[in-house]
Amino acid sequence: MRMTAEAATGTETPLLDIRDLRVQLRRGGDRSPLSVLDGVTLTVNRGETVGIVGESGCGKSVLSLSILGLLPGGMRIGGGEIWYDGRHPLHRMSGREIRSFRGKEIAMIFQDPMSSLNPGLSIGDQVTETLRLHLGQSRREAKEHAVRLLRKVGLPRPESLLEAYPHQLSGGMRQRVMIAIAVSCNPGLLIADEPTTALDVTIQAQILDLMRTIREEDGTSILLITHDFSVIADMCDRVLVMYAGQILESGTVDDLFERPLHPYTAGLLRSIPTPEKKNRPLYSIEGRVPALHERGAGCRFAARCPHAVERCRTENPELVAYRDNHAARCFLAETEGVHRHAAV
Amino acid sequence: MRGMRNFSLVLGTLFVSILFVIMLVSLFYTPHPPNEMNVRERLQAPSARHLLGTDNFGRDVFSRVMVGAQTAFQVGAVSVAIGLAGGFLIGTLAGYAGRWVDELLMRATDALLAFPGILLALLLVSVTKPSLFQTMLAIGILSIPSFARVIRAGVLQQKEADYVKAARGLGAGYANLIFVQIMPNIASAIVTTAALNFSTAILIEAALSYLGLGVQPPDPSWGRMLNEAQSYLAKSPWFALAPGVLITLSVLGFNLLGDGIRDLRDNSI
Amino acid sequence: MRPSDPLVELRNIAKTYAGPVSRFRRKTLRVVDNLSLSVRQGETLGLVGESGCGKSTTGQIAARLLAPSGGRLFYRGEDITDAGEGARGRALRRQMQYVFQDPYTSLNPSFTIGRLLGEPLAINRLAGRKERQARVAEMLETIGLDSSYARRYPRELSGGQRQRIGIARALILNPEFVVLDEPVSALDVSVQAQILNLLKKLQREFALTYLFISHDLNVIYYMSDRVAVMYLGKIVETADVDALYRRPLHPYTQALMSFVPSDDLRVKREKIILQGDLPNPLAIPAGCPFQTRCAHVHERCRAEAPVLKEAGPGHSVSCHLYA
Repeated sequence: MRMTAEAATGTETPLLDIRDLRVQLRRGGDRSPLSVLDGVTLTVNRGETVGIVGESGCGKSVLSLSILGLLPGGMRIGGGEIWYDGRHPLHRMSGREIRSFRGKEIAMIFQDPMSSLNPGLSIGDQVTETLRLHLGQSRREAKEHAVRLLRKVGLPRPESLLEAYPHQLSGGMRQRVMIAIAVSCNPGLLIADEPTTALDVTIQAQILDLMRTIREEDGTSILLITHDFSVIADMCDRVLVMYAGQILESGTVDDLFERPLHPYTAGLLRSIPTPEKKNRPLYSIEGRVPALHERGAGCRFAARCPHAVERCRTENPELVAYRDNHAARCFLAETEGVHRHAAV
Repeated sequence: MRGMRNFSLVLGTLFVSILFVIMLVSLFYTPHPPNEMNVRERLQAPSARHLLGTDNFGRDVFSRVMVGAQTAFQVGAVSVAIGLAGGFLIGTLAGYAGRWVDELLMRATDALLAFPGILLALLLVSVTKPSLFQTMLAIGILSIPSFARVIRAGVLQQKEADYVKAARGLGAGYANLIFVQIMPNIASAIVTTAALNFSTAILIEAALSYLGLGVQPPDPSWGRMLNEAQSYLAKSPWFALAPGVLITLSVLGFNLLGDGIRDLRDNSI
Repeated sequence: MRPSDPLVELRNIAKTYAGPVSRFRRKTLRVVDNLSLSVRQGETLGLVGESGCGKSTTGQIAARLLAPSGGRLFYRGEDITDAGEGARGRALRRQMQYVFQDPYTSLNPSFTIGRLLGEPLAINRLAGRKERQARVAEMLETIGLDSSYARRYPRELSGGQRQRIGIARALILNPEFVVLDEPVSALDVSVQAQILNLLKKLQREFALTYLFISHDLNVIYYMSDRVAVMYLGKIVETADVDALYRRPLHPYTQALMSFVPSDDLRVKREKIILQGDLPNPLAIPAGCPFQTRCAHVHERCRAEAPVLKEAGPGHSVSCHLYA
């Protein structure tokens, strides 16, 4: 699947095209709104799996919610565009128009399957709901289809599962149900927001395996949001690193792991406690993520960056692409010997 | 200044403060002695001498209304105190001990809650000679259930919290856990309930006094004044207007205050 | 305590809860079942397992936050299971402490940081106000926070800072033994590194013994000297950390270890993906608890529960394959 993705990026319209997206948080009274997302641009091509990695507060969840118009009250899209399949401007669709997309063309799965499944409805009801709504199936058709779906996602005894309720299932099983619902109408794009974070590592492996199977069998593109680099390494073709509402680096998985351009990416990778670091102190990035109202004029990572210079504190760098679409938002990446400062 | 956007809090505090000031002032000064009768000046319209006119006995309405505020605050404060004390005892015991103790205490409180407030107050008050004290006691007992419920809910919610476990792990005893650890976190819920009960207390007292079972003449009470003014509504409406407006203002004020405090707490979480 | 005694020892510990009543019988929830483990002075014993395996409960029993339903607890060779809240119990509180997983709920939101840190001293009446303030300031500095933090409230602090406070609170009584329950699970990667470094530093400085509980295999490897693996309330394997990670014996441990990334995160290892799910904790089957997912299961596993037996120097495993 990775070969196909790279071959296809050339001339085809991207499936998902986000350009310079800005999202703001309204504050009460006469206070100016806070910027949550600041000019995010990304594309997902057909058959690709794109990962967005970042720590809490970087805005990655807000990004995923804004695609389907699911932003919480108080947050709104303040600028930029979101195009689906080159033809559908999601950013300016009405509620009704977007609803026809949700679950059908674009499906989403969330981190905590317990809160995204309705605890008061049976599994069968929830799976068939989407089928009947978007595909217009009859009750019987939908039920048969539901059984096939549940079997497809690896759930045992699917017929009896239809009568079960979410609380009777384990976390892993619930997440499989979520995936079944998400792929029920064969979406072109699957948005997965931290799909395995709440799961144990053995179950996580099962779920990721399932997602890979679906990707191969149905050709679904995936936008995978996570904070876990090993999940990224496992699943993604391309990766974007987010920090404080902006994209700091983007490129292929190999680019990022082997030749990170941005000090933040390099710093994160260095702080993961992999086995060979056992008897040494771990590298840690100093300081902490700035809060929404603490974002200054310069580079948002400057306060914590070991390589920051004066210019970094006053000017916010642009996201510039270097070779092979490997881009970074860093003044130091512009200079010769681009990898020297970001050595892992 | 988060509070500034909180209209309930602002208005509520305003009303309550005005009433409080009136009450304070009345302790030292009223334009006329509130109980001084002057039959020749009865049922007069508001004038420079009598700002709100006079009642059927020629007493200055303004002065009586001011002193009535004392009654209102007194009843409110004492009954809330009784309710809080009783509710605290029941609520903490039920919430912390749980199981059958909880069941027993809560069913008892439910029984109390099931009684229509005024009927219960009437019952209590008619068994003995009606007086201010009886009124306060009755209303106090009536407000125990609402405090008990709020406190019990708070204790139940907090007692499983990690920080309580942490304190237990450090060797804290039950008293410390309830008073030192948990209490500050349910304090604002208690204050809200107190404010709302305060207003209910004023209302019930007014009703009782209106029926003649609360404060006894000649002591002024807004409810009592309403009763006295009833017969003269057509000829001298201002007589009834004053206490009526004040009852409304105080009930509204405390309700708004309670709402405002609750909004403040909900927003700060 | 003899030199060979472990600092803390749990013997045949059980913790059961009354479950729901079904068909006139009350089911019991066996969260911890016949569990034995020991922690030597100065070491970090990692306790690893997936959610629901009972590791938190075990940690709370080890720190005397929870009373076991059965079994005995030893400290420095002395049986302290019944120490309760008496003088002995209170003295033990100062020696054995616990750090909670969730830095957001384990700090009383109505207290200032200064008060939170001084609490252990106040409750145990160990220091007057002035002395408490001094100790608090000292502790804040040790964990890398400015003394002005004493006036702040938990809600003003980030997750990482709150976790530091949780750790500081556990250490202010100068304990010997600290149970750390998933101390970095709720934190971002960059903050996690800071906290792990701090924990190691504190261990060296104060000669601490850790029981480090986590589900994160990388973190366990980084922090531990020895590791015990839990599954459904039982210990299935114990070994030195390198032995466990490189030569795991129990099928469950083998599956877990297949997920430990090598130093290059992209290198794909042969992952052992377990089939099946965890059995219902109220109805754990007789025999080996792992039978529902084990690739090597045979008749004996369904009939007889294996016991923890030594399979090599310092390496014990509970599995019929090695019996």
